[in-house]
Amino acid sequence: MADEPLKRRTRLSVAKLLVVCVCMFGFAYALVPLYDVICEALGINGRTNSVAIVDVPEDMTKDEDRTVLVQFVTRAAKDMPWDFEPMERSVRVHPGEIKAVNFRVRNRTGEDMVGQAIPSLVPGQAASHFKKTQCFCFDQQPLMANGEEVMPMIFYLDPAIPKSVNTITLSYTLYDITERTSVGGVAARQTR
Amino acid sequence: MQSTLFHRAAALLTTLMISGVAAADWTERSDLNMRPGVTAVSQDVYHLHMIILGIVTLIGVIVFALIMWSVFAHRKEKNPVPAKFHENVVLEVVWTVIPFFILIGMAIPATRVLINMEDTSDSALTVKVTGSQWRWHYEYLDYEGDNNINVGFFSDLATPPEVWQRPILSGGLFPVGTAQEQVGVEREPLTPENAFNYMIEVDKPLVLPAGQKIRFLITADDVIHSFWVPDFGFKKDAIPGFVNESWTEIPESAIGMTLRGQCAELCGRLHAFMPIEVVVKSQEDFAAWLAEEQEAAAEGPDMTPFASLDDAMEQGKPIYDRACAMCHGAQGQGGIGLSFQGTDYMTNPDRLQDNIDILLQGRGAMPAFRAQLSPKEIAAVITYQRNAFGNETGDLIQPDDVQK
Amino acid sequence: MADHHEHHAPTGWRRWLLSTNHKDIGSLYLWFSFAMFLVGGLLAMVIRAELMYPGMQVVDPDFFNQMTTTHGLIMVFGAVMPAFVGLANWMIPLMIGAPDMALPRMNNWSFWILPAAFSILIGSVLMSAFGPGNPPAPNFGWTFYAPLSTTYGPASTDFFILSVHLMGISSIMGAINVIVTVMNMRAPGMTMMKMPLFVWTWLITAFLLIAVMPVLAGAVTMMLTDRHFGTSFFDAAGGGDPVLFQHIFWFFGHPEVYIMILPAFGVVSAIIPTFARKPLFGYASMVYATASIALLSFVVWAHHMFTVGMPLAGMLFFMYMTMLISVPTGVKVFNWVATMWRGSLTFELPMKWALAFVILFTIGGLSGLMLSITPADFQYHDSYFVVAHFHYVLVSGAIFSMFAAVYYWLPKWSGVMYDKFWGEVHFWSSLISVNLLFFPMHFVGLAGMPRRYSDYALQFADYNWWISIGAFWFGISQLFLLWVLIKACFLKKGEKATDEVWEGAEGLEWTVPSPAPFHTFDTPPVVK
Repeated sequence: MADEPLKRRTRLSVAKLLVVCVCMFGFAYALVPLYDVICEALGINGRTNSVAIVDVPEDMTKDEDRTVLVQFVTRAAKDMPWDFEPMERSVRVHPGEIKAVNFRVRNRTGEDMVGQAIPSLVPGQAASHFKKTQCFCFDQQPLMANGEEVMPMIFYLDPAIPKSVNTITLSYTLYDITERTSVGGVAARQTR
Repeated sequence: MQSTLFHRAAALLTTLMISGVAAADWTERSDLNMRPGVTAVSQDVYHLHMIILGIVTLIGVIVFALIMWSVFAHRKEKNPVPAKFHENVVLEVVWTVIPFFILIGMAIPATRVLINMEDTSDSALTVKVTGSQWRWHYEYLDYEGDNNINVGFFSDLATPPEVWQRPILSGGLFPVGTAQEQVGVEREPLTPENAFNYMIEVDKPLVLPAGQKIRFLITADDVIHSFWVPDFGFKKDAIPGFVNESWTEIPESAIGMTLRGQCAELCGRLHAFMPIEVVVKSQEDFAAWLAEEQEAAAEGPDMTPFASLDDAMEQGKPIYDRACAMCHGAQGQGGIGLSFQGTDYMTNPDRLQDNIDILLQGRGAMPAFRAQLSPKEIAAVITYQRNAFGNETGDLIQPDDVQK
Repeated sequence: MADHHEHHAPTGWRRWLLSTNHKDIGSLYLWFSFAMFLVGGLLAMVIRAELMYPGMQVVDPDFFNQMTTTHGLIMVFGAVMPAFVGLANWMIPLMIGAPDMALPRMNNWSFWILPAAFSILIGSVLMSAFGPGNPPAPNFGWTFYAPLSTTYGPASTDFFILSVHLMGISSIMGAINVIVTVMNMRAPGMTMMKMPLFVWTWLITAFLLIAVMPVLAGAVTMMLTDRHFGTSFFDAAGGGDPVLFQHIFWFFGHPEVYIMILPAFGVVSAIIPTFARKPLFGYASMVYATASIALLSFVVWAHHMFTVGMPLAGMLFFMYMTMLISVPTGVKVFNWVATMWRGSLTFELPMKWALAFVILFTIGGLSGLMLSITPADFQYHDSYFVVAHFHYVLVSGAIFSMFAAVYYWLPKWSGVMYDKFWGEVHFWSSLISVNLLFFPMHFVGLAGMPRRYSDYALQFADYNWWISIGAFWFGISQLFLLWVLIKACFLKKGEKATDEVWEGAEGLEWTVPSPAPFHTFDTPPVVK
């Protein structure tokens, strides 16, 4: 029907277009890490650092002239039968000051469970300046039946935080991820 | 609704003729144009909207006039020999560049208003707004530096199902659950006279002070919702697991007004049934109201036991009708939810604890009621379920039995 | 459809099921899309019946959501897109002087996948309406935002995912076919810049399809693994983010909007010069405008989600980019006006539809410009104003252009002229009712009625009644078109069409006999 060169050209075009399709399918997946990077950079959705900051700049100075109100809001997800609350609802900090706060969790059920706290911070432009050196949210939180625990979080505000920011709200939502993890290891992990 | 075609036509013409500028109070409702709203931001947005509407209307009129002129003057009878031109560089450049300038003219006020809306200065009051299927929860986090307020409540649609369920078909697609009994029931038509706030009224409104900056922290429990009070001039999505924030400052002139809004992101079956109602109070009245709420919250839940089974039953019925009947049926016959009529779950004494736990924690499609009902209410409603609908177990559950 | 069969042309059902002929496959696509248009319209009638009066009278709120969801999906993926693919199948080989599409067997596949895909989707609606226990059909809106469609989606979501995958595969195959045909099979002398604008717009549309349909496939695959295989792309509990879904969806969704409108630009650019008896004004700028609209469509997606909470810089960027799209779109409208200017206009039905398209699409474009203004969009977003906007561009835009195309090329396809009387009735009836249907939606939207509401506050009641009347009227009007099509295609009744059909028509498709024979351009024509 068609002459040979046409057939070859057709095949070549189809092959190229299929490669584009596969790449675009991959691109959809590439958007996932890309989105995370952009979110952490721009503070979209109030993403804060998800791994501990280990190298606190040594020359960091406390900005005594400014204080920022940091509020803590906690919430157990809809079907999460744990109590979860900050031991201080808000603190005033100077940018550059290292501050520790504690949160209390209690498992109300008679079963071993694993929770995971997901942070979200407003305003977004402050998110990249909110640095955590230690946080329970970096790991899963196993709790034995009726167990109770005090969980620490240590943070500082980068002195470069925009001047317009005077209130920061850090929200944690606690999710039940027992089913996603192996339940057997709860006790072992907790005694660590 | 008994209105004739004539009535409708008259109503359409009248609304088309009157100006779209509505007064700020929701009671004077525009059905034609954007509400100017009560806050400075919402009025900025309204003016921006009117400017842009004016510009696009003008562009539209010019373009349509050109088309109509061409249709009229260049039709074949009048212009039998067509011109032959098919390009004109000058003209094409001109109509690419002019829109640019128009756009810049539109972008400048838009950018100014947008930057204005992103104002992050100190707020006097922080309210956490949580959307869930299908109600809003408001929690007052801090007010004038006091961060230990402990006031929070759910806000449910106050229009009862008997009013909005008006099935005209029997069988088929609609009558599920309680709606089945509503088929063909004679009822009053929905008119502004007898149901003025139909679908936009709640049992417990959000109360806000005038003249102070208010910050909303907006989040959701399950799916995405969107918090929209048109009079504030913004909507903001409530996203599960994440927090969004927004500001508003209601002027003193709005004291005493009730502002109404709705959920604006599809959130499931009853998306249209979770309105927002805001009552604006003066700062003194607001402080008094807040103190009263705090006092009530501090007293803790009422744990006094029921005097008798009848007492509990009496208190349980209205709670059942409000919270359970929509899914389980007014007669406990089931629907979207399980049937309660003589089922093992409702009559077997060994499953009483199950009954309490599921009500508290939820299971599957059944929502958790731990936060919404007090122990006494839960005890009352379970007593009711286990003694009504022909169950007659004689079980009397006391508030102390319901360990929260 | 062809009068004289070649010796190897199969007959009966085998002709259609095993067809590799671009004209037969084109006809299948067109009839299929018309059927889907009627089905999707029927669902819209349920929506409007429910919204005619305040209060829930006809269906359950959840069934209402299923209606809005499947109405959107069927109209977008079942009516508009296949209609344009059918048009491409029929007309592109005729317009560029090719004997057939480049990949005829794949062409057959890409069509026959569609009935399977839509049986699955419509099947879940039928199950919900009539099946035991009424298991809900997809009820999360055609945009299927997570987590409503993932954690909270009904069981039928999995059917929906399969169905979307099939639709995507079909569209991708169709797009590959168009690109390969246009790139390799043009008649001698048919250079790129001599191609009719319809071919150009379709070529650009096909590239958009190749670029974004795989992204949609990615999104639904992520949904599937979130639902069943323990991933959490969109679930905050597992470190995912529901907003990510919206970004991926609209990265597909915005180009998708142009996929539905660019071929419409091509159709109108073919029709207006014919009835103005004057060449298209600014051919080259039309091509560049189309290409720039397509490119811009990749950098505006977030204007669908201004309310999710974005940094100021992001909102400004997406606002400016969106406003910019109105420049090339404006160029197109001005070019059409200039084409008519000092022409010698007659107003046969295709021209009437094309004129209605230009005016009503412009209204939709202008409300689109209003929506791009971010602060105002905070009020417009997810209200009926948005519903009014996209129905103006999709119904009185894309679908009206499809009607224009059908009346324009029907004599070429069937060999007989359409029934002028019923055609006029169809036009005027649709024109009036479509405005009664969609114009008041601007008012209720501005006044504050959110979209996808199954019940509403009383100040919206009057307009909703009118909107419903307009909807029923517009729905019934389409039966006139059904009659016109049956009469021309099956009964073959009507004035015999000449080869040229229209006095001012230019292009290769008018050089072949009417009706177009089964095989055309076996020897390529030479284009001067």
